[in-house]
Formats: sequence, structure tokens, C-alpha cells
Amino acid sequence: MVNLRTHIGGGLEIQNPILTASGTFGYGEEYSSFIDLNRLGGFIVKGTTFEPRQGNDYPRMVETPSGMLNAVGLQNKGVKHFVDEIYPRLCDYKSEIIVNISGASIDDYVAVAQMLDPLPRIKAIEVNISCPNVKAGGMAFGTTTSGAQAVTEAVKKAFSKTVIVKLSPNVTDIASIAKAVEAGGADAVSLINTLMGMAIDIERRRPYLSTITGGLSGAAVKPVAVRMVWQVAKAVKIPVIGLGGIMNGADAIEFILAGASAVEIGTANFINPKVTIEALEFIEDYCQRHNVTDIKELIGQI
Amino acid sequence: MNKINSNTKSGTFIVTDNQQLSSTYSLLILRPEDDIDLKLADFKAGQFVEVLPPANSTFLRRPISVCNVDETTNTLWLLIRDAGAGTHALNASRPGQKIDIIYPLGHGFSTTLPKASKVLLIGGGVGVAPLIYLGRKLKEAGIEPIFLLGARSKSDLLLLDKFNEIGKVFCSTDDGSFGTPGVVTQNPVINDNYDIMFTCGPMPMMKAVAKVAQQNNVECEVSLENVMGCGLGACLCCVEKTKDEGNVCVCTEGPVFNIKRLLW
Ligand SMILES: Cc1cc2nc3c(=O)[nH]c(=O)nc-3n(C[C@H](O)[C@H](O)[C@H](O)COP(=O)(O)OP(=O)(O)OC[C@H]3O[C@@H](n4cnc5c(N)ncnc54)[C@H](O)[C@@H]3O)c2cc1C
Ligand SMILES: Cc1cc2nc3c(=O)[nH]c(=O)nc-3n(C[C@H](O)[C@H](O)[C@H](O)COP(=O)(O)O)c2cc1C
Ligand code: FES
Repeated sequence: MVNLRTHIGGGLEIQNPILTASGTFGYGEEYSSFIDLNRLGGFIVKGTTFEPRQGNDYPRMVETPSGMLNAVGLQNKGVKHFVDEIYPRLCDYKSEIIVNISGASIDDYVAVAQMLDPLPRIKAIEVNISCPNVKAGGMAFGTTTSGAQAVTEAVKKAFSKTVIVKLSPNVTDIASIAKAVEAGGADAVSLINTLMGMAIDIERRRPYLSTITGGLSGAAVKPVAVRMVWQVAKAVKIPVIGLGGIMNGADAIEFILAGASAVEIGTANFINPKVTIEALEFIEDYCQRHNVTDIKELIGQI
Repeated sequence: MNKINSNTKSGTFIVTDNQQLSSTYSLLILRPEDDIDLKLADFKAGQFVEVLPPANSTFLRRPISVCNVDETTNTLWLLIRDAGAGTHALNASRPGQKIDIIYPLGHGFSTTLPKASKVLLIGGGVGVAPLIYLGRKLKEAGIEPIFLLGARSKSDLLLLDKFNEIGKVFCSTDDGSFGTPGVVTQNPVINDNYDIMFTCGPMPMMKAVAKVAQQNNVECEVSLENVMGCGLGACLCCVEKTKDEGNVCVCTEGPVFNIKRLLW
């Protein structure tokens, strides 16, 4: 037997390192006819804001080489809807439920965090300081050390349990941002969010997305993500959660070796709705093949 | 968000036949590789599947309408228009090719109608695909479907034999090479008295049909083909604006919508 339990900060341990990435896994229920959600380490639900949001205009996505651009723009029904309608349906799952939160101002983040704090099954939140789609907010916090630290400090005061801060890759020095959020009290960091990108339909001579630019995800971003996880893991002491382009279990191992204590799988769920469980089984098998009895032995070997 | 199909599955299908209908269109016949725990016959007209095109030709899956289900051979029909890498690879697939499919997805057309209902099914281009299965389901329910099919010219009219077997067929061609010259909304048959019209095809055609339906005060359901990321209600990329709920996912709330819900 391999011990797959792993720490994701603030004393929170999950049963295995497989999480799902926010915005790609709905509220988990969308995948319940394909996999047993209870087998996941946890699932990170859709980006949640204080007020309901309609998101950006259609078209919101286009396929690009080995990846996709999206410009969803945080469409969600607001944190109150989550607390009243969604949360009760998710409570019976054994895996951790982590809520990804967003805001256009520090007050917004704090208000969402405060609403989630009393919910016993929510033991962690992931703070999206990096979403490149939202014109008013997100981006600004995640791209400066002072902004990133300020949001972290404020959310830490509002939420008493594990706070994971999700970093933007659209910066010159991601390690310095990671250090700033660690100084701000973050229990863990997750990375990477989508890389800002753009694609043009040459026949119509128009951008594919209504917002012109959007966030790149999928296999195409993986080498960038692995590099950033490795740099950040070297720079901070808190756990690092790795994601970006993980398509299978082998990719997940790569992130773990680079320094990730856990991984999130995103876009790959669209292609193979069973990818999370298949990755979990691959990791178990890999550990056995390599005589690894505890996944922690692999974390950050590089 | 409660609109998710709890019986959605993924599985391998095998191409048993690929009928090249023209240089751009083909009809793929597929059977499930193993016994699947859902009868294909339980698919609803207007539902779709998410196909992983063969040979790593694309990164994501591609949404394709259920064109027909042949209950006697337990096969699924997909009508494919070569529009790019994924549909090209599907068109090129030979019998024996294995294809990974997520099925069935979305909500279909309203088929529980009073027996005496007069219905018109209007299709254009590859949008005729779901109308075969819809026509058959209506017929099984005791309703005589009438088809109005539009195309650029005679050679672009697809599966005419099949449509003729199911119901009465009217055609419109832009160049007048078959049926009534002009677009479908110029065909006089569209202005008969109907209880409901169903349409699937290019966006300008569906919008024109919706306008006729509104003018004639006829119920109208349209099948939308918004670009999709997942088909499962998870990514929120496929949205259409509605009067009642703002942006909703076409993949889970549609792809079929009553035009009353849309801002058309
Ligand atoms: C619910 C639904 C049912 C569909 N049913 C059928 C069907 O029965 N038969 C069929 O041949 N096609 C159908 N389509 C359209 C089909 O999914 C697209 O043609 C296909 O995704 C194009 O992929 P590709 O890799 O071949 O081309 P790509 O290279 O991906 O795209 C080629 C061109 O088509 C456009 N395109 C991409 N995706 C779509 C889309 N979803 N809708 C419209 N245009 C798109 C692109 O912008 C590009 O200009 C359906 C779409 C939906 C949403
Ligand atoms: C359609 C879509 C929606 C997303 N929505 C969110 C979101 O609401 N909040 C967030 O922090 N990240 C969001 N992301 C980013 C993903 O969580 C993830 O960071 C990114 O896609 C990289 O991982 P991947 O390549 O495995 O998908 C979204 C990504 C996609 C593709
Ligand atoms: S295509 Fe992903 S939600 Fe509809």
C-alpha cells in the first residue's frame, strides 16, 4: 500500500493529491455519472464572487494548438446562491470541497470569505488573484507583490481555515509574488492560472473571443507551469499545488517531482471525464513500480 | 445547473460504415463496442454526443447531433460536414475505426404533442441531421412530419431518400436546381397552418425561420450549435442569452430552445 495522503497547508491533509481545477469541473456533480467523486483528494468548485455575474459575451472559447483559450469571465450566481443551494448538495461527499473565490476589490474577497467561513465542510478556499478575464479586478492584485500580499492578509483575517492563493503566470517573477503571499499569511499557493493569449479568425479578420484576449489552458501550457512550480517550490516553505496542462497521471508526477504537494486537473476533464481517477490509479501504480511507499518522498525531488 | 443528464456515459464505438454523401458530407454508422447499459433507442431526438475525433486530430472533443438511431442494428448515425481538422478526420474514418464518444447530451425537441398536431421540420445544410430522428420519433407518436429542406443546390440536399421514407418533403435551393428556388423562408409551404415548427441549420436560416414563426404566431423550437468546450455544463463556454435567466449553457439547457426564451 502506498500512502497518498498529502498536506495542502494550514494543517489540512487530503486523502490523495488529486484535485480538480476551478472553472473546469463545475460543482463536481457534472462528472458524477463518470467517476466516484469520493475518490478524489478534493474538488475545487467554480469561481465564486459576492454578487451574481453574467460573465462575458459569447463566444467564450476557441481551440488552439494543444490547448484552448477561454473568456468565461467568472459567470456564477454569487456566494449566497452557493451557500444556500449548492453547498447542501455537496456536503455528503468524502473529498474536500474547496471554493475558489474572486473579487473586484479587497472588500469583495473579504465578503465572500466571511460567508464561507461558517460552513463546516469548507475547510479551505482558493483565492483567485490571477483571473485574466475580469477587466475590473483580478489581474491587478496578482501582478504586484504589494497587491497580492494585501488580498492575502485581508482574506486570512476573514477566513479562519486554510487559505490557498492561486497565482497568475502573467508576471515577470512568480517567485517574488509567491513570497509576498507567504508573508501575507497564505497557507499554500496554487499555480498556474491561465496564461493570457489571443487568436484571430483570419477569414473573418476578427478575434475568436468576444473579449479579444483570453486565458490559455491545456497541454500547451504544461512546460511553463512545471517551470513555475519548480521555481516557487524553491522559494517558499508553504505547500505548493501544481496545475496547468496536466493531461494524465504521468504529468501529475512531473509536477510532484518539481515540488507540488498536490495537483489540480483542469481542461483535461473536458476531453476525458475520467482523467482524475485514471491519474490517481497511475500514481499508485507508479509509486509501486518505483518502490515509493509514501507520496511525500517524491515531492520536490528535483 | 440541475439540467445535467445523470445517465451520461462515455464509451467506445466502432465505425461499421462510412457513406460518403459528397466531397464534404459523410454519414457515419457506429455501434457500441461493448454492451452499454443504456439503449441507444433511449436517445431523444435533438440530443447530441461529444466525439473525440480519431488520430489526435484535435485537442478537444467535437459536438455532433444524433442523426438517427437504428434500433434493429443498435447503431448510431452521425452526419458529418467537413468543417476543419476534427470533422475531416471523422469523414476519413474507415469501418473498424474506434471512436470515443460521450453520450447522450443535452435536451431535445418536444415530441409529446397532441396526435393531430401539424408540424413542420425545417433543415439547412448539416442541420438536417437531427431532423431524421425527430421525424421518426414524431411519426412513431402518430404525428405526420412535413419536412422543408434547404440547400445551395440539388447536390447539397442530403439524405433525401431517408426523409421521403418518413414524411412529406419540400425542398428549396438557392440556385433553383431542385424544388422551389430561393431560401426556405421563401417557400410557400412555410406559411401553412402549423402547431409547431422545428428548425436546425445555419444561424441566419434559423433566425429567418424564427421571424416567420413569430409573424405567424406559431410555436418554434431551434437547435443551437454554439461552440462548446466540454458539452457537460462544466466550462460555461457555450452560453446563449435568455429572457428568463440571462446566459445559460446550450449544452445542458439546450441545444434545443423554444424561441420564446431567446432574445431573437
Ligand atoms: C450541439 C451541436 C451539434 C452539432 N451537430 C453537428 C452535426 O450533426 N454534424 C456536423 O457536421 N457538425 C455538427 N456541429 C458542428 C460541429 O461541432 C463543428 O463543425 C465542429 O466542432 C468543427 O470542428 P473541426 O475540428 O472540424 O473544425 P475546427 O477547425 O475546430 O473549426 C472549423 C470552423 O468551424 C467553426 N466551429 C467550430 N466549432 C463550431 C461549432 N460548435 N459550431 C459551429 N461552428 C464551429 C470554427 O470557428 C471554424 O471556423 C454541431 C455543433 C453543436 C454545438
Ligand atoms: C473554462 C475555464 C474556466 C476557468 N475558470 C476559472 C475560475 O473561475 N477561477 C480560477 O481560479 N481559474 C479558472 N480557470 C483556470 C483553471 O482553474 C486552471 O488554472 C487553468 O485552466 C490551467 O489548468 P489546466 O491546463 O489543467 O486547465 C478556468 C479555466 C478554464 C479552461
Ligand atoms: S460546453 Fe462546457 S458548459 Fe457547455
